[in-house]
Amino acid sequence: MNEAPAIHVRGLTRRFGQLLAVDHVDLDVPHGRVYGFLGPNGSGKSTTIRMLCGLLTPTDGEIEVLGLRVPQQAEDLRRRIGYMTQSFSLFADLTVGENLEFIAEILGVPRERKRPRITELMDRYRLADRRHQLAGTMSGGQKQRLALACAVMHEPELLFLDEPTSAVDPESRREFWEALFELTDAGTTLLVSTHLMDEAERCHRLAILDRGRLVADGTPGELTRALDGRTWLVESDDPRRAQRALVDAPGVLGIAQVGHALRLLAEGGQGDGFAAALEQRLSRAGQSARLHPTPPNLEDVFVAATRPGERERVA
Amino acid sequence: MNLRRLWAIMQKEVRQMRRDRITLAMIMVLPIVQLVLFGYAINLNLRGLDAAIVDQAQTSDSRALVMDMLATDVIRPVATAHTPDQVIDLIRRGRINVGVVIPPDFEARKQDGRPVAQVLVDGSDATVAGAAAQLAQTPVDSRLPDAHAPYASTPSVPRIVVTSFYNPERRSAVNIVPGLVGVILTMTMVLFTAIAIVRERERGNMELLIATPLTSTELMLGKVVPYVLIGLVQTTVILALGRWLFDVPIRGSLLDVYFAALLLIASNLTLGLLISSRAQSQFQAMQMTFFIFLPSILLSGFMFPFSGMPKLAQWIAELLPLTHFLRLIRGIMLRNASLLDLWGDALALVAFIAVMMTGAILRFRKRLD
Repeated sequence: MNEAPAIHVRGLTRRFGQLLAVDHVDLDVPHGRVYGFLGPNGSGKSTTIRMLCGLLTPTDGEIEVLGLRVPQQAEDLRRRIGYMTQSFSLFADLTVGENLEFIAEILGVPRERKRPRITELMDRYRLADRRHQLAGTMSGGQKQRLALACAVMHEPELLFLDEPTSAVDPESRREFWEALFELTDAGTTLLVSTHLMDEAERCHRLAILDRGRLVADGTPGELTRALDGRTWLVESDDPRRAQRALVDAPGVLGIAQVGHALRLLAEGGQGDGFAAALEQRLSRAGQSARLHPTPPNLEDVFVAATRPGERERVA
Repeated sequence: MNLRRLWAIMQKEVRQMRRDRITLAMIMVLPIVQLVLFGYAINLNLRGLDAAIVDQAQTSDSRALVMDMLATDVIRPVATAHTPDQVIDLIRRGRINVGVVIPPDFEARKQDGRPVAQVLVDGSDATVAGAAAQLAQTPVDSRLPDAHAPYASTPSVPRIVVTSFYNPERRSAVNIVPGLVGVILTMTMVLFTAIAIVRERERGNMELLIATPLTSTELMLGKVVPYVLIGLVQTTVILALGRWLFDVPIRGSLLDVYFAALLLIASNLTLGLLISSRAQSQFQAMQMTFFIFLPSILLSGFMFPFSGMPKLAQWIAELLPLTHFLRLIRGIMLRNASLLDLWGDALALVAFIAVMMTGAILRFRKRLD
């Protein structure tokens, strides 16, 4: 593994008029891994990716991607990166084969490599039998595979994927992620933005963005371990009433219904009596419910990382 | 500039065009429909035609006749000439629409009852020819109502003769069809390119394209060149149909005709590119196209003769490519002028192309912000 990170960002900021879309973000993305960008819609994921590709000019901050300064050296960078846009951006009125050929020409795949490379990609991403179909008439999963095939046409060292699977079914999503891991096995670095927890869990490393700020950064394991002892499952006959009784309780950071149970995230540093105190509170509200400790997951990490900001804003 | 990438863009444009049946139909049907519609005459009275007057008699009566003609406001002297040949040359070069020639034997002709003056007119514009006929109604001997009554009463001999050059039958189609080449090219070419780039932005293709090593120049040229060929096909359709349906002649060189058409096509395509770099949606691009198209139709001299328009309208018209193209194409097709004779208008189009293309490339950023 190279000693310098694939992406090195300091103080990255972008304003759109009054709106601060990205607010002093620092990032270090290592080589050969899948690095996830987790955040709700409007948290600045796409804006950050676009700045890293040189498509948007940062208002402030420094970007170095594959050792090149962006946006100054963005043109040189474009030969070495792939970018899969959030919405399908290939040509709907060209066939699968025509799209691949066009992209190969634009990305400068050597003439003698072009045919074998297109055949290879069509085989790998199961597009061979669709060669003469118009891209616009394909299903979401098929479009996704075509977009990925085009994005990796020139064998980029670094691949940006902006919410790649938000429009496809879980089966296609799993298959798509297998394809992504094949790429990392071959040494490609991937930066994937998502708002889906199951997708975030697959990443080697995660950054959580909230309203333009980087609020957490680490491996999924590190991030969830930090919440050990703070997550509880509340079993109740009437989860909705139980939720109303607990939502304002001291020390409760977030509470959400999961089937018949409630999942509760506590603030850090709660004593041993925390569960008992909440059970008392529930019985005062006429609820007989019990709290069990439960292992934290990424959604809890996400809630823990993003909620405090909202509290401050409300207060 | 990478030729391989340029070629890839061009090939893609043609493939997309081929699948767009409605646009393809537009390309062929639009010229035909317009040709038939406009083939019928639009006739208007007008004033202020550019003229040259040659008074070789220089008697008080001849000067009075000239003054009477000027008083009608139909003509406006803009050039000096001393012989009928010079007048004809001025008409051919498009400097004037009308020439008035009074021969040296004006007084003798008046006595004999023969025609006393000749109005030479550029008949390639039917409305101009009509105005010249009106000019010929000017009474020759209004100053001497009683002097030569016996001769003046001979009605069979017209006192002022109108000689129409280039379109003796005064058929308006002869004038309209060459102009229609320009109108159709203006309408389709600006719109196609304006939409071609905005459409890619709307569909999200642009975000993919600008993340590749493709340069602005490659993208712009690659999009424009296929439309140049389409423009030439349209030109051919109109010229062929004009010949076949309305018997419109091509008196000048065919090469010059196509070269003039190329200049207009390039002007309109670059204008379309500039529009597309500003427009946010296809609808906006369409609105901006019509914003250019309407003055082009109304002010260029296609519908209303240029000389009849107020000064301000003429200045605006000078900025429109169609105005210059109309002068070129009418000159070449109807008056057998060459592009060199009309170099001023050709140069104006070249300048227009250079300014628009530079503007479009400068405005098109490989950025999303």
